[in-house]
Amino acid sequence: MLQDKDRIFTNLYGQQSWRLEAARKRGDWDNTKAILEKGQDWIIEEVKKSGLRGRGGAGFPTGLKWSFMPKQSDGRPSYLVVNADEGEPGTCKDRDMMRHDPHKLVEGCLIAGFAMRAVAAYIYIRGEFYREAQNLQAAIDEAYAAGLIGKNACGSGYDFDVYIHRGAGAYICGEETALIESLEGKKGQPRLKPPFPANVGVWGCPTTVNNVESIAVVPTILRRGGDWFASLGRPNNTGTKVFCISGHVNKPCNVEEEMGIPLKELIEKHAGGVRGGWDNLLAVIPGGSSVPLLPKEICDDVLMDFDSLRAQRSGLGTAAVIVMDKSTDIVRAIARLSKFYKHESCGQCTPCREGTGWMWRVMERLVEGRAEKREIDMLLEVTTQVEGHTICALGDAAAWPIQGLIRHFRGEIERRIDARHAGQPVLPVAAE
Amino acid sequence: MSGVHIAPPEQQPASFEFTPENLELAKKIIAKYPQGRQQSAVMPLLDLAQRQHDNWVPQAAIRYIAEMLGMPVIRVLEVASFYTMYNLAPVGKNFIQVCTTTPCWLRGSDKVVAACKKHLGIGPGETTPDGKFTVIEVECLGACVNAPMMQIGDDFYEDLDEESTGKILEALKRGETPKPGPQNGRLSSEPFGGPTTLTSFNPPASAGGSDD
Amino acid sequence: MPTLTIDGIEVTVEPGSTVLQACEAAGKEIPRFCYHERLSIAGNCRMCLVEQEKAPKPIASCAMPAADGMVIKTDTPMVKKAREGVMEFLLINHPLDCPICDQGGECDLQDQAMGYGRGTSRYDENKRAVKDKYMGPLIETVMTRCIHCTRCIRFAQEIAGVPELGAIGRGEDMQITTYLEQALTSELSGNVIDLCPVGALTSKPYAFTARAWELRKTESVDVMDAVGANIRIDVRGREVMRVLPRLNEEVNEEWLSDKSRFAYDGLKHRRLDRPYVRKDDKLQEASWGEAFAAIANALQGLNGSQIAAIAGDLACAESVMALKDLMGKLGSPNLDCRQDGAKIDPATRAGYLFNSGIAGIEEADAILLVGTNPRREAALINARIRKRYLRGNVKIGLIGEQVPLTYRVDYLGAGPSTLKDIAEGKHAFADVLKSAQRPMLIIGQGALTRADGAAILALARQVAENCGLVKDGWNGFNMLHTAASRVGALDLGFVPGEGGRDVAAIQAGAISGAVKFVYLLGADELDTSAFGSAFVVYQGSHGDAGAKRADVILPGAAYPEKDATWVNTEGRVQLGRRAAVPPGEAREDWAIIRALSDVLGQTLPYDNLGQLRRRMLEAAPHFAAVDKLTPAAWGSFGTPGSITDAPFKSPIDDFYLTNPIARASAVMAECSAIARGETTPKTGTHD
Repeated sequence: MLQDKDRIFTNLYGQQSWRLEAARKRGDWDNTKAILEKGQDWIIEEVKKSGLRGRGGAGFPTGLKWSFMPKQSDGRPSYLVVNADEGEPGTCKDRDMMRHDPHKLVEGCLIAGFAMRAVAAYIYIRGEFYREAQNLQAAIDEAYAAGLIGKNACGSGYDFDVYIHRGAGAYICGEETALIESLEGKKGQPRLKPPFPANVGVWGCPTTVNNVESIAVVPTILRRGGDWFASLGRPNNTGTKVFCISGHVNKPCNVEEEMGIPLKELIEKHAGGVRGGWDNLLAVIPGGSSVPLLPKEICDDVLMDFDSLRAQRSGLGTAAVIVMDKSTDIVRAIARLSKFYKHESCGQCTPCREGTGWMWRVMERLVEGRAEKREIDMLLEVTTQVEGHTICALGDAAAWPIQGLIRHFRGEIERRIDARHAGQPVLPVAAE
Repeated sequence: MSGVHIAPPEQQPASFEFTPENLELAKKIIAKYPQGRQQSAVMPLLDLAQRQHDNWVPQAAIRYIAEMLGMPVIRVLEVASFYTMYNLAPVGKNFIQVCTTTPCWLRGSDKVVAACKKHLGIGPGETTPDGKFTVIEVECLGACVNAPMMQIGDDFYEDLDEESTGKILEALKRGETPKPGPQNGRLSSEPFGGPTTLTSFNPPASAGGSDD
Repeated sequence: MPTLTIDGIEVTVEPGSTVLQACEAAGKEIPRFCYHERLSIAGNCRMCLVEQEKAPKPIASCAMPAADGMVIKTDTPMVKKAREGVMEFLLINHPLDCPICDQGGECDLQDQAMGYGRGTSRYDENKRAVKDKYMGPLIETVMTRCIHCTRCIRFAQEIAGVPELGAIGRGEDMQITTYLEQALTSELSGNVIDLCPVGALTSKPYAFTARAWELRKTESVDVMDAVGANIRIDVRGREVMRVLPRLNEEVNEEWLSDKSRFAYDGLKHRRLDRPYVRKDDKLQEASWGEAFAAIANALQGLNGSQIAAIAGDLACAESVMALKDLMGKLGSPNLDCRQDGAKIDPATRAGYLFNSGIAGIEEADAILLVGTNPRREAALINARIRKRYLRGNVKIGLIGEQVPLTYRVDYLGAGPSTLKDIAEGKHAFADVLKSAQRPMLIIGQGALTRADGAAILALARQVAENCGLVKDGWNGFNMLHTAASRVGALDLGFVPGEGGRDVAAIQAGAISGAVKFVYLLGADELDTSAFGSAFVVYQGSHGDAGAKRADVILPGAAYPEKDATWVNTEGRVQLGRRAAVPPGEAREDWAIIRALSDVLGQTLPYDNLGQLRRRMLEAAPHFAAVDKLTPAAWGSFGTPGSITDAPFKSPIDDFYLTNPIARASAVMAECSAIARGETTPKTGTHD
């Protein structure tokens, strides 16, 4: 288990003040100037060395991403955009960082922005996080007042601004190019790539979009060294990670742990175990709603990192662990996610616009067994007609949970269809 | 619910303009974005208009903002209708958004919806006849380890059950403002009963560290 | 230039091409709905997916830049599956109402469903129903059919420059609409009908009137303005059912203005379908013989100077030629085709042409608009200026009315003094023109239909000469006409002869009694009450202003009813072809004049169209160069003189009602009423 001394988010729960003074005591803003003085190349190298992979879901190496930014401006300014549009069901980690430890993010913005030669950071925070935005703005104001950002940030000679842009209710804006569109004052519809944001991002300028956690861990990584971060976790899956454990556990919580922690250990050590005991476990969605669920037998020994979960045809995603015990109406649990994706589809691409609605409607029938068995395979085929055929990954995200359900719980779906045809009750007791 | 619900003409005010204070605020918001990129301010300005106008955006405000930002009015309506937080028709004074996405549903969001029905007499998508309450179902609000939860105005009410939901609603009926956050006694997202981590940094009986 | 391998075929394409274009170059057909070569790339329909070697997922070929060494496959199981999948998704919520859909038979979705559809539906859920949207009197909507390709939105934003269409809501609830269902205010709105790949946006006037396959299609040219847009006239029986644009990159590309597309219902109303003769101060039905006899009688004893003729805006070159010859035989020098009184100098052809050509606008890097509102006077030329504008690096200056155009202009002034300053090099815009590679001046009729018009024309020539508008391989002096007949009539010399009277002098003479006989060839755009007691013959197609004043009416053919020639503002000779027959006893116009000449004992020397056209070639040899531009030699034109500083005014107040056909159109009347009652005056965009 990760030791407290290796935890980055030492005020994750807001037990202490989130203000600048308290943040300084926790080590934030400690001689940031010295870090900046080591130069852009050093920072990027150190982040590369740390093995940090993007914490927003896709897991792209952060240092590598930064290195795509132009080293020489062609006249256009560069921007850092922080993706704080946290909305993946099951995920609520960025919220805690922003409301309880906002200075980690603000300091991270300066360092990351400096490393990629950006003139400013825009933090795109989901609109519903109104109070979180208030804390974050207050932290930004404190940092400006203390000379930590703004003109000659931290006395480094570097000018850097940090702004907040609030969203207004659209999951799709968590997709980086949709977020950029939204930041430009448009509907959040993902852009075609190429061009990629590092070439043409917000307002036509080079842009890097990073998740809150990816940025907030950077100051600590640079203070303690990339090697320290890399020493935690497993190769290619390094460092610490804030996990969100929700659903049928005794004590749902957020917790910062080491990458690669066994799922069972994570749940039992921090979340008080599965409701009714480990054997009462039905399935877990290990990385936010977009990844396929895992049945208990896989959960027994799977490790919580990118590669281990991928090997189980799921994913770490946002590390949001949604636990479902044996009382769960598993088909409805996934059908509800299908409704979510239907609701959040931007409507741009044909397969997602039409497919998410179709999949949801079939799922609703499967919940009640109002279907023919051949429709299970038809639904599976529809998911593959959406998957990989859209501009952004929302289509994939809508397809995968259903694929996971059919892969692991086809028997339950068939049972309901049989029961329906036989005129017997279909539904188990409602979950709670 | 499907489609875009725009208040009918008889509910639309003839004109809209920011109050002097909000106009100042609007100018500051516009100044956050690079020169010539004032369209970026459309979302915050719609939010500002909604806050000024009983929590909904009338068409007069859409036109006003379009004019202010030099945008075609249809583009402003596109934005206002794309994002779910803009209400384009009147809503109740207490705007209650109950999350019913899977993580909340697993922990009993059905009972939160039922409590709303019981205490307010309205289901999702409905407004009480006195205009005091509107209840809607929403997708994941990002407080999943504190499920089930609902948002009332700007505040999250978390770790709900039927009883605590009822208490909150009754308090609102009385005109009180119930304390936001977890309703089961925990501070925030730590495990109930106390954190399993960070104990070396914080006193074990952690309470009330958070200011503001 | 990148070289790609498409299904094993190597192709090399222009840099900047897309994979889709490379596939087409390799002869591979790529299905598509949202992609349109004249619009920005949306990449949303996903129909054009192809397989790229080493890519894990199929790629949208319309949006992917073609890169050297790419290996693309368009015929693999992955591609087939992707296309069938997208097609199925497009169809699940599409109503199967093809039998009652006006798009039926010419529908992209229908066609591609034949190629990529499953044949049966696996969709067992309820289909989506979408409320139809009002978009004005021209566009019928059945929004349940919409496949959200956003072509219409992009057209309005990009080509028309009137960003009034959008998609509100999101996901499967996304709906295309104008703001609160207001009518579109673009002069080009009808093009969204052609762009819509399904039957969501169709022609309202055409709704349920015909099926595509029962129409006889005739290629022709439009006469609603002086652009000469290439059109196709679709006729069933005797009736024109619709007018569509025809591709001509040099003229109208593939667009058409709303007036050109929708005024055709005016062909059915207020038609002159038999001759009339005024008896007892009332126009009474007459036979051709009676009408001709009345004219012969009126001409009895008149000498040439007492006779005059005016050609109107829609007159074809053939009728103009015949009337000119007849006037010659009658000894009259009093003819004019400038019924608006524009002080155009017919002596130098380059002085009255749009010399750079319409396509030349795309080369211009500085444009000076003088006394013109191109949006109303020539909507397609306005669109071409916008197209140029969007490419950037062009300065556009405007002298005249401050009107909402669809591009950013530097407003330089209201009237002639600004033009004079530029001509004399005293204005900054003179330097803009001088430093440009391809400077251009577009002078409208609004600068010329005034007493000092000839002096203004001379100033414009001075600008052209002093600011380098005319040089090797480039003539940036452009006159923008509004009348389809004008350039052809000028080419054929339908202007006052030696000692002859122009329009103003004809009218003055008619009032004074010096002119006793006036022949109006479709001339309605002038004060028809100002002919004193002269005997007026009106030859034309519609009972408009001219016919009301006439003593004899000779019913002519409207433009779709005759084989005839028009010369557009560029000087491009184009042939209109007979698509329908004139109503009742109406006849082709040249034939009427030829028959009259017989009765008058002044028989014109041509018995058929071929002979008449040979006569036209004698008068103006460039009539042989059909569809082409014949460069005109620069020369002197205009008359230097004093100018007043009255502001320029566009000759067109109401875009929809500029000629007798349009004024007879109920559709145009409705458009006009909506435009006049418009509450939002600014509709143009610069972005």
